[in-house]
Amino acid sequence: MTCKTTLTAMAVIAAFATPAFAQSTSTLDTVKERGRLICGSSQGTPGFGAPDDNGYWRGLDVETCRAVAVAVLDDKDAVDFVPLSGQQRIPALQTGEIDMLPRTLTWTLQRDANGINFTTPNYYEFTGFMMPKSLGITSVEDMAGASVCVQTGSTTEVVVNDVSTKNDLDLQPVVFDNTTAGRQAFFSGRCDALITDAGALASVRATMADNPDDYVIFPATPYMDALTPAVRHGDDQWLDIVTWSIQAMIAAEAFGLTSENIDDYLDSDDPRIRRFLGTDPGNGAALGLSDDFAYRIVKSVGNYAEVYDRNVGMDSPLKLERGYNALFNDGGLMFPLAFQ
Amino acid sequence: MQIALLGGLVLFVWWLAGNTHENLTERGIRTGFDYLWRPARFPISESILRYDASDSFFWAYVVGLANTLWLSFLSILFATLLGLVVGLSRRSAHPLLSRFAGTYVTVLRNVPLIVQLLFWYAIATSLFPVPREALNPLPGVFLSIRGVYAPALTLGPGASMLLIVAAILLVIAIVAGFKLSAGKRLSVKAASVGLSVCLWVAVVVGLSGMLGHPVGLEAPALKGLNFRGGMVLSPEFASIITGLTIYTSAFIGEIIRGGIDAVEKGQWEGGRALGLSERHIMFRIILPQALRIIVPPMTSQYLSTVKNTTLAVAVGYPELGLVVNTVINQTGQAIESILIMLAVFLSISLSVSAFMNWYNARVALVVR
Repeated sequence: MTCKTTLTAMAVIAAFATPAFAQSTSTLDTVKERGRLICGSSQGTPGFGAPDDNGYWRGLDVETCRAVAVAVLDDKDAVDFVPLSGQQRIPALQTGEIDMLPRTLTWTLQRDANGINFTTPNYYEFTGFMMPKSLGITSVEDMAGASVCVQTGSTTEVVVNDVSTKNDLDLQPVVFDNTTAGRQAFFSGRCDALITDAGALASVRATMADNPDDYVIFPATPYMDALTPAVRHGDDQWLDIVTWSIQAMIAAEAFGLTSENIDDYLDSDDPRIRRFLGTDPGNGAALGLSDDFAYRIVKSVGNYAEVYDRNVGMDSPLKLERGYNALFNDGGLMFPLAFQ
Repeated sequence: MQIALLGGLVLFVWWLAGNTHENLTERGIRTGFDYLWRPARFPISESILRYDASDSFFWAYVVGLANTLWLSFLSILFATLLGLVVGLSRRSAHPLLSRFAGTYVTVLRNVPLIVQLLFWYAIATSLFPVPREALNPLPGVFLSIRGVYAPALTLGPGASMLLIVAAILLVIAIVAGFKLSAGKRLSVKAASVGLSVCLWVAVVVGLSGMLGHPVGLEAPALKGLNFRGGMVLSPEFASIITGLTIYTSAFIGEIIRGGIDAVEKGQWEGGRALGLSERHIMFRIILPQALRIIVPPMTSQYLSTVKNTTLAVAVGYPELGLVVNTVINQTGQAIESILIMLAVFLSISLSVSAFMNWYNARVALVVR
């Protein structure tokens, strides 16, 4: 709450007020020396980042961290997760409390220009409204006068206003500092609608609704957002490592490599796959990693399709279609960059 | 020595500011206050000042501040009144009343405020039905989970003049009613005042007719998903004001009881010897003396109340803290925003403290 935010801000001030400390050593060296990767995570959005019944962190964003941990430390469990609220997350990254921030973070110009660097999108989605089916509303145009539960610390605050102005809806926002409080207020009937990323809405519906089928989710805007893990400004090598660790999972899917079959390709004749797997050296060394980093990521975490299906797709309670998150050749936006 | 200390402090602050600036620049983080004039673009769910998302960040701060002040003012006012009742009840000779007040104070002082706020919010959002099945206890008044909706005054042309004239006439009517029946019995007084108020109503209605009835009542009505029109008491505001008032009243009750107990027993005995009634002794002799003792601790209680309003974020009421949180997230300018919040709360607290000190000086015993 405020107290926490104030403390965070105080910590920001305190951290910035001390003489430059971590700038001389690179994030890669820091992580290697520590032997652990520290990742910012959500405070509990199953499917994207939340501890399971045994306290083991699972989710699409969580696996992004695991992939980086495999690339750098060769251990997908050498990660510490720091749950952060919407407002805490960016200062936490800027001050060096965490090494990377994969937390359903929308790539926006203001954030990019203001002290953090975005790597490569790991999830595309629209901002959505969730409403009870009983209200009979399935599109934004019919929402006139609806009250909307909004959580602060997200881009959706601006979206709810833009949508309301554009369609002359006079939406009545009820803004919550606390994610859980906002969601509970929605289910108690305080608001007609809940607005946030569609994936998070699916997660809320799957985990909090008495009967998930009673709720409908529809897009709030015609635009897509690119949810993108971010790193601190000013460490280009680390930016590259995180970017290419995520890319490794997408490229593996494009190549048809999975955690199951990857060993069969180690003697492949395809030069592109040989470079990808590090059979032909060069890629890993360029990043300051071992040459087989992509092989190890796919082997222990999986390709993008495996990660997607397991966390948010058809093998998970969220049951989200691949949609725009399919590969480019299946009509999606996921596009592997060249591993050479 | 003191000059050296002061110099050291200035150097230290200079060093901090320099480091901060250097580190921020190095990490490519924007600084400065020019963002204040850009459009805020985020919504504020309720405000006593007019706010539109196209207004600037600066105005958003002002709106948040106005909400904070309004909340502080109302909760201090209500808590003081309720606290007086609690404090007097605790001193009551009636065991049931004093025990009840004692329990009230003990329970409320020992449960954290945030828990109480969430409790009141849970009640506010589970007690009442959805808008379509809203309770309608009085014509035009609706109780639902979205809050309490009541008819609001609508003001047409000439309305402000009518209201001002009506207010002045009302004062004249009441004063005249008392003057005419001066020295008469209470029942005669009441009848006289009642008569002049009736006369006032007739005059005001006539005057309103001459202006074409500029003041009207607009009743809320269910349109689409929600009630529109009228005025509304939102569950967020209701729960924060209830929580703060009740919590603070327990502390104020104790301060008042303590103040009264601290007045010498001889004052009571003197009053009784003069044949004054208990109530007269309390309000004419004891309370004025107790005030001197009450004011200083009351000042710090009022300051805490102002600071406690920041807990309203927990139940979604947009006071300054919530607005600052949002601005930090939208702009990333955490340091500037927190500095503004520090400055604002410092000024509010210093003003409250200055006012209470002035009041304290007024009621303090004048020693010649």
